[in-house]
Formats: sequence, C-alpha cells, structure tokens
Amino acid sequence: MTPPSAEAATLGSASAIDRRRPSFAIGPIAWLRANLFSSWLSTAVTLALAYVLVSWTLSFVNWAVVNAIWDVPGTGQQVDTSACRAARGEGACWALIGEKYRFILFGLYPFDEQWRPALVVVIFVALYVISAMRRFWRKELALIWLVALSVIGVLMWGGVFGLPAVEQERWGGLVITLILATFGIAFAFPLSILVALGRRQTSMPAVKALCVVYIELIRGVPLISLLFMASVMFPLFLPEGMNIDKLLRAQIAIILFAGAYLAEVVRGGLQAIPKGQYEAADALGLTYWQKTGLIILPQALKISIPPLVNTFIGMFKDTSLVLIIGIFDLLNTAKTSVIEPAWQGFGVEAYLFVAAIYFVFCFAMSKYSQDLERELDKGRKR
Amino acid sequence: MQTPTTSDPRFLRAPPRRGLALSWRDPTLRAIFWQVVILGLVGLGAWWLVENTMRNLEVRKIATGFGFLQREAGLPIGESLIPYSPADTYFRALTVGVLNTLRVAIIGAVLATILGTIVGIARLSKNWLVAKCAAVYVEVLRDLPLLLQLLFWYALLQGLPGPRQALNLFGSVYLSNRGINFPWIEWQDAHSAALLALSVGAVATWGLSRLFTARQMATGVRPRLWPWAIVLLVGLPVGAWWAMGAPFAINRPVLRGFNFRGGGTITPEFAALLFGLVLYTAAFIAEIVRAGILAVHQGQWEAAAALGLTRGQQLRLVILPQALRVIIPPMTSQYLNITKNSSLAVAIGYQDIVSIANTTINQTGQAIEGIAIIMMVYLTISLTISLFMNWYNARMALKER
Repeated sequence: MTPPSAEAATLGSASAIDRRRPSFAIGPIAWLRANLFSSWLSTAVTLALAYVLVSWTLSFVNWAVVNAIWDVPGTGQQVDTSACRAARGEGACWALIGEKYRFILFGLYPFDEQWRPALVVVIFVALYVISAMRRFWRKELALIWLVALSVIGVLMWGGVFGLPAVEQERWGGLVITLILATFGIAFAFPLSILVALGRRQTSMPAVKALCVVYIELIRGVPLISLLFMASVMFPLFLPEGMNIDKLLRAQIAIILFAGAYLAEVVRGGLQAIPKGQYEAADALGLTYWQKTGLIILPQALKISIPPLVNTFIGMFKDTSLVLIIGIFDLLNTAKTSVIEPAWQGFGVEAYLFVAAIYFVFCFAMSKYSQDLERELDKGRKR
Repeated sequence: MQTPTTSDPRFLRAPPRRGLALSWRDPTLRAIFWQVVILGLVGLGAWWLVENTMRNLEVRKIATGFGFLQREAGLPIGESLIPYSPADTYFRALTVGVLNTLRVAIIGAVLATILGTIVGIARLSKNWLVAKCAAVYVEVLRDLPLLLQLLFWYALLQGLPGPRQALNLFGSVYLSNRGINFPWIEWQDAHSAALLALSVGAVATWGLSRLFTARQMATGVRPRLWPWAIVLLVGLPVGAWWAMGAPFAINRPVLRGFNFRGGGTITPEFAALLFGLVLYTAAFIAEIVRAGILAVHQGQWEAAAALGLTRGQQLRLVILPQALRVIIPPMTSQYLNITKNSSLAVAIGYQDIVSIANTTINQTGQAIEGIAIIMMVYLTISLTISLFMNWYNARMALKER
C-alpha cells in the first residue's frame, strides 16, 4: 500500500478510490503516518531526533529543576555558596538569580528607589504596546511618546517632586537596554528618513553623495568600532571643558549606526512607490515637502514597516554591545553579577536569565512583525 | 522619445532652452543653493571637529601619525597564523589580528552556509518533527543577542574541568577549560605538497566538469565524471604524498604539568567565537534559504517530479539553481555580517583586529589612528566581499534575451 499523502489524508474518506481503513486515512494515526513515518528514512530520522530531544530534555530538566539549588544560606558578603559548588555540573544554581536579580535588572540604582526603574520598564512596555496597536497610529501618538519619555526622565533622574536625585553613573540593567534601544530608534528613524530622501535626490548630486558616503561608511564597519570611537575618540572632538557622559556618547553612536541601516530600509520603501504617484503629486502643484509628507512617505513607510520592525529587533539586540565599552546594560550586569568570588563560575545561569528577558522582547516584536506583514498584505491582495 | 525620425510635428520643435534665471523659482538655482548650504554646514561641522581635535591633541601631548607602527609592540598574542613574538612591531601585531579575523570569518562563513542550508531545507521538510525542530532553532537563536550567545558559550567552556580532569572523547581528544586538544599529523613538506596537489586536482575536476557539460550540450550524452574525479581528487594528492616519501606520524596531545603539549589545539576563545557565530548566522541563512526555495514556483517541483527525479534530485537539479538567484543577494549581507560580528571577539578575549587595535590604542594613546585602522580593515573586507558577490550574482543571474 502506498503511504497516504497529505491530500489523501484530507480527501481520503470522500475519495471513491480510497478503500483504506478510515483510521488510516484521517485522524491522528493518519497524521502520524503522513507527517512522521511516511517512509523508512523519515521514520529513522523521526526516531533518532525524538531520542536526542527526549534525552536532552531529561538532562536539562534534571539540571535546571530536579538537582537545582534554589536557595543558599546567608546574603551579601557572607553568602555561603558551597551547596552550589557541590552541585556544579549536575544542578543549576538558581540561588544566584534570587540573590542578584535586583542587581541584574536595575544595576547600582539605590536599593530603596528601585521601584522607579521598575515603573520605567512598565512605562516602556506600555509605550511599545500602544505604538504597536494600529488604532493608535495617529498624530497624538507623538504626544504620548513625548509625555512618556519626560515622565521616564523625571523618574530616572529624580530631584523633583520629592524624588531623591540619582546620578546617571548608577543607572543600569534592563532600563539602560530599553533606554538605548528606544531613544536610539526614536532619533534614528527621522534621521534615516532624511538620509533616505537625500539618497534619492538626483537633482542634488552633492547631497546624494553625502548620504551615500554616510550609509556605506557606517554599514561597512562594525558597531564596535563606532562605540570605540564614541568612548575614546569623542572626547577629543569636543572643545575643552565641554564633556558628554559615556551613556550619551554611546547613544549617539547607536543613533548614527541605526540611522544608516534604517535609511536603507526606508529607501527600499521609497523605491517601491510607482513614478505615477510622484507625477500626480507634482500635477497637483504640491511643493516638495507637501508631496513627500502627504503622498510619498505614508505609502513608502507602510510598505517598509515589516523590515523596519526587523531592523528594530536587530538594534535592540545590538544595544548589548555597549558592554564592551563598559556601560552597565542588562547583559553587563549579568556578566558582572558573577564576578564576586562566591558566585564565580555560575555565568551560565545568569546568562540564561537575561536570555529569557531578551527573548521575550525580541520574540514579541518578531511575531508582531509577521502578523503585521500578513495584515498589510491582505489590503494589497484583493 | 525624441528622435529625428519622429513624424509627429510636436516633437520636431526642440524644447525651449532656458538659461539659468536668477530667480528663486528656478529649480536648478534652488538646488545649487541648498547644496551649497548643506555642504557648507557639514563642512563647518567637520572643520569645528578637526579644529577641536587638533587643539586637544596638542594640549594632551598625544603624538600623531602612523610612526608607531614600526615600534616594538610588546603585546603577547595567544594564537597566530604567522610567526609572532612580543618583540615584533605593531604592524606585525595588527597583521596577526587581521589574519585572525579572516580566519574566523572564513571558517565561520563556510560552516554557517552549510548548517544554514541544512536547517533551511529541514524547515520545509515533510517530516513534522524535523520542520518543528528547525523552526524552534531559528526562532530562538535569532531572537537572542549574539554577544549574549558568545558569552554563554564561553562561560560553558570555562566551566569545563581543568586539563588534569579533562573530558576524554574518542580516546585522544581532550576537552578542558584550556580548549580542545586533538591528535594531529606531524606536518611536513609532503603534506603541503599533497594539499597543493588537492587544490590542483579540484581545479582540474571543475574544468573537466565544465568540459563535460559542454559535451552534454553538444551531443546529449554526459561522459562519466566520477572516475576522473577520483583520480584527480584522491590519486593526485596521495601520489604526491607517496612520491615525497609518505611520511606519517601522529602527534598526540599529552598532559605535561598544567596543560597539554603536542597535537592540535583549538582555544576556548576561538571555539566559543566560531560556535556562536556559526549558530547565530546559520539561523539567518536558514531563513534566506527557506524564502529562496519558497520563491520557486510550485510547478517547478511538479514538473521535476513528472520527469521522475527523486526529491533530492528535484532539489539539487531544479529548485536550488533557481532559488540561488533569490538567495545570493541577502546571503552577501550575511557574509558581511559574520565578518563584522567577528569583532565581538574582543568581549571574550579572542585576539582579532579590534582586540589588538584596542590594546594598541591603550598602549600608545593614539586613538584616532587605531580606530582608522580598524575601519579601513573592515571597509576593505566589506568592499571585497561585495565585489565578489556582485560578480557571482551577475554570473548566476537569469540570462535574458
């Protein structure tokens, strides 16, 4: 008997030729036969893969749950991690996370004031959720952003409304990651639109050349070289007495970097707009900025939303590179949390913890981008 | 458009040629004005920065120029492809860094392409379990920062037991926190000759394959390639090795004191970097390969199946050549990415160009020169890869009449 194909499984009972037992044509057994055991090779691969998966899962569960150490006696300097050391290799040391999660999430922010960065994280997430909903895509959104970012600034710096001031050196953890990513994109996006528009100015060769050089130069070098530039070369650029702190310098480097990548995405969207749209706008007698703002950009940006979100995900992940120039973002606090002799060697646990946080943010964005792509495609495919 | 042969009288008249009117309404004049303004502003900004930098360099008494390249570096480098000692110059140290970058980028690109293609095809597999595993792999690895993955692998390798309690695989491969130690042949001239013969054989096989394809096009019969391939790819190297006296001695790693001696070594830094880069990039390449295969029309699969090709033959002979046209352009940016991402090596202590240039900056204080070197190296590599891939893309492109 020939193995049932996917079509046979769905059409099976309706087909007049198919005289197989119903349970072979539809239902779970048919599904298994079609999708897991359709041929000798397929069966062998399924069994081998299943064996590997089951054995890995079992040993992981053993390590992460069964043999894991959830708590150790003592805190701070007097902590006794001998239980973790004894279980090393067999069991995870989640006691590290219990002891250090405040540090990993909020860095050296004063302990009693850590509700402030926690609230800031909530505001950031709410901001993302609102911006993702299409019913909020209008002009008022810019106002919401402005208000939210000011509230975030007040909460983080303090010094007003009875909030004790916290100097910027003590900020750290998840908040830094979110600040770098959000402000990076918020400033890089308008920049990238200008650069992308400049890149397409055939009547202004000098402007076009400037934009091409900017895009190609930035895209040709790794982000690290820009961050190094921000950390060691930037102070040389400024006149004496003028000093910008490290976080802002890194932020500028990230904005310049993201701007070049986003510009290429926006350019792709601009290129996809048919020439007739430009000509129609010209025929209406619109000025260049009216034409661009009212006719071209709304269409071009709509096309480029899915790749834009993908670039945002990339930027979110790339903020972790500031670790290399010594800024305490989420990844760096995790790395630092295992520097104390008592906790040395438990990096894997710390990294798994922050990996879960990064994954939640990036996975949500990537799922959103896929859904949006489907949604926007619906409009075009009539 | 407007040709002398047009019979339409409207086109016979030349369009009115207007001179440059000295008016704000003239678009040409406006364009020139704005360009002058923008270039002026950018130039002014650049001049301001250069001016500040010059003054700062003077105040801080920092030397300028690339003279430091000829000075003794005095910086130790763990692994190097060319002979190097701390007594060598900065120039040689930086060359070692470039070679280390290229080493991890090239090996990484090859491995990531292989793994990515397998995962991309696996994601389209009819076997549900295989497809789901590939999907989970792609989703998880793509959504975690590469630097996090590198630190994770490095922490995992650092967590291995020391050389004395090294894990032993297959008899004489040792896995410890000092890296992977494995037996390796005692390298002699005969082996180099064999390697050379192998590359000659590969080129010859490729030429022969093209010749046979031409023959197939002319006569419809393809001569058998594989006997020739065996002679060229196996016979030639073995022959060369035999002619040079067939030396063969295996150098096994042995524990001496606190570390292994002899055999080949892969340092934990290199292993973590390569592993992280390959796994991360392969996830992106898998998506590119999958999209490329999906872009080939379903009818092509059906037509190939109707010709009686097996599924593997359908993929290899019909689908992949067409998918490659969609795959190559995004693949180029992945190769560029793997090269640029190899710069994260500095975080785990693999001495690539960024790491060595960074040390150079710290030792000499010449930040501008150091960063200029890093940027020039990456721009050169990026440009070379772009040119090569553009050439390859043009070769693979659809030949339209």
